[in-house]
Amino acid sequence: MTRPGDLSHHTLAVLVENKAGVLARVADLFARRGYNIVSLAVAPTRGERFSRITIVVDVESAPLEQITKQLFKLINVVEIVQLAPEESVERELMIATVQVGQEHRSQVVELVDIFEGKILAVGSNHLTVSLDGGPSKLDDFEALLADYNITELQRSGRIALPRIGRDAPRVAAG
Amino acid sequence: MRLNGGEALIKSLEMMGTEVIFGYPGGAILPVYDPIIDSKIRHVLARHEQGAGHMAEGYAHATGRPGVCMVTSGPAATNIVTPLADAYLDSVPLVCITGQVGLAAIGTDAFQEVDTTGITRSITKHNFLVTRAQDIPQAIRDAFYIATTGRPGPVLVDIPKNIVDAGNPDAYFEWEWPETTDLPGYNPELPLDHDAVAEAVELIMAAERPLLYVGGGVLKSRGAEILRQLAELMNLPVVTTLMARGAFPDSHELCLGMPGMHGNYTAITAMQKSDLLIAMGSRFDDRVTGKVGAFAPEAKIIHVDIDPAEHGKVRQPDVAIVGDCRIVMEAMVDALRTAGGAESAADHSAWRQQLSGWQENFPLTYEASAPGELLKPQFVLEKLRDGCPADTIVASGVGQHQMWTSQYWQFDHPYTWVNSGGLGTMGFSIPAAIGAKAAYPDRTVWAVDGDGCFQMTAQELVTASVSKIPVKIALLNNAYLGMVRQWQELFYEERYSEVYLSHDMPDYVKWAEAMGCVAFRVEDPDEVEAVIARANAINDRPVVIDFRCHSNEKVYPMVAAGGSNDDVMVDPSQEALLVVAKAASASQNGEPS
Ligand SMILES: Cc1ncc(C[n+]2csc(CCOP(=O)(O)OP(=O)(O)O)c2C)c(N)n1
Ligand SMILES: [Mg+2]
Repeated sequence: MTRPGDLSHHTLAVLVENKAGVLARVADLFARRGYNIVSLAVAPTRGERFSRITIVVDVESAPLEQITKQLFKLINVVEIVQLAPEESVERELMIATVQVGQEHRSQVVELVDIFEGKILAVGSNHLTVSLDGGPSKLDDFEALLADYNITELQRSGRIALPRIGRDAPRVAAG
Repeated sequence: MRLNGGEALIKSLEMMGTEVIFGYPGGAILPVYDPIIDSKIRHVLARHEQGAGHMAEGYAHATGRPGVCMVTSGPAATNIVTPLADAYLDSVPLVCITGQVGLAAIGTDAFQEVDTTGITRSITKHNFLVTRAQDIPQAIRDAFYIATTGRPGPVLVDIPKNIVDAGNPDAYFEWEWPETTDLPGYNPELPLDHDAVAEAVELIMAAERPLLYVGGGVLKSRGAEILRQLAELMNLPVVTTLMARGAFPDSHELCLGMPGMHGNYTAITAMQKSDLLIAMGSRFDDRVTGKVGAFAPEAKIIHVDIDPAEHGKVRQPDVAIVGDCRIVMEAMVDALRTAGGAESAADHSAWRQQLSGWQENFPLTYEASAPGELLKPQFVLEKLRDGCPADTIVASGVGQHQMWTSQYWQFDHPYTWVNSGGLGTMGFSIPAAIGAKAAYPDRTVWAVDGDGCFQMTAQELVTASVSKIPVKIALLNNAYLGMVRQWQELFYEERYSEVYLSHDMPDYVKWAEAMGCVAFRVEDPDEVEAVIARANAINDRPVVIDFRCHSNEKVYPMVAAGGSNDDVMVDPSQEALLVVAKAASASQNGEPS
């Protein structure tokens, strides 16, 4: 499986008009032109009129320049900002449920502590934990958690903003 | 003034200057058909929604103005998918209105409900589902703006029935025409990059074997006149792609004609040997480049296109200029004049000599039919070309007859060639010709069609008869799906699988007559000219001529699909000469022969 932290990935923050079907347009474009999406997160921003779609793209499937140019041809795409990892703050959220008996519970709690995660729910044989952070931190955490029995795991997909004082390149702007 | 959504839709189309709607009514769009009765817009009732779509395309090709078509929901929307895809691939400005089930029924698998915006998303430049009557004027205004600006294309507006329904109080609103478009994500007006123009000028001044590789974008930008100035100023030879026939006069001494899979030898080879391709509104389509890795290996590339995504999509340009071809060419001409024009540029006389050598050795050619044999399609086209007024508009279907028409017609005027390039849609020609003739009732409009194509959309000749749009059809009846047959002959060891149609089943003359046309059948070469003259003299009804043609004639030259443009198959009569020419050019380049 490709990991969101891989170097062959780029993050695009795509400002779109908040219109019905806009997510389908973006997803369709990727599917039709054979571009791979690694992760995708979407939520309203700047009031009701716009949403931001944060897409982690696999640039091995197509040159980034083609991807952004084709994306920008979508009428509802208002702006595309290319976020290089070193120029931006990136966050992702993970929640996971692990099956863990009394004897190992403290180890998992300790792991969560070290990573500054949270315990969201406790059952007699289960723990649901959460962690937010940069993609590679989440990768590490997930790898260590795998020593226990992960029964459910969900990652949110990456969101990102340019670092304060840095001008992220606007790949295309209307 | 209070209007309902249906009235507002028609009024909005009037505001956008719509002269004619090509369409077909049905349940969901019914409320919009009522106000058409009181509108000054002409409605042409097609006999199939695909026909309505291609008519709108033909209108747009011929005029440069957006074609408008309107159909109902469900099966009508799916029937118009092909013209939308066709218009998308050939960048044809189209506004397509589709009816939709009422908003409350959307998503319930209601009668004649399909997800029209979903189905057409990847074959339109944009589409809208309008949800409130008062949003209709803005949607129509935006649709026309998107369809006609930047890289043109089809825009679909899906209209749920309840918002146009005269019986629904919520479908009424106080009419107001929007002052502007409302599209924060769409800005087709890009500033011209003068530095890039300067770089292009430098390359042009220095090139020894330059070539203008002209595509449909030049026609879309209304750039034929400035193209001519550019070519003449710098003595640049020109090739015009299938989509650009007519953008530069075929009779001009700098014109080399059409390149590509069935281009002529000189145009194909000029691209291969050029040291500078000036791609003007062309997109390095695989039918032009052949095997991309072997395409024009020595050429630097200047690529002018209004769509930035075309730059580097197929071939990385040395200079990329984003912009409308006409405006870019104007800037180029100014800068080239300042730089001293042809006199100050590198010498291309050797190049020009090489080109005329190829033209002399490898003209288009075919063998005349022997006495008693059926007609040669190329011969028919020569006679048709010579027997028609200069401003005749010619449409074509898809297949061998299309390639022969492009090869043998002499295109000396822009917007006289209407054809389906990118999608290659059989059945395009008859409805497209009707659309062009609806725009220009006083001009002669011919459709050159194949027997296979004819059987796909012939029913639109009923439209032509009833609506008094007298187009003429030259049916090159070779009894076969000729283009497929040609591939089976050349690449499948003459194993002919499912390509035979027959010359006389159906009886095209009877069929045409049944549809209200005057019809002729011609088998004898000596009759061709006279029958064409008779057809050209008829202007009150459509005319169909069933030209009985040879079945095994092939289109040459040909570059096999995926093959290199260095490996042109020429007419068999030129093969020996080609071997000699290749050996000569190899020894010139110091290669072992
Ligand atoms: C709608 C559609 N179906 C199939 C094809 C594939 N095709 C390309 S050319 C051709 C044969 C066309 O036959 P005809 O109209 O008789 O023209 P000819 O080649 O004989 O001149 C076919 C089947 C196509 N281009 N379009
Ligand atoms: Mg045929």
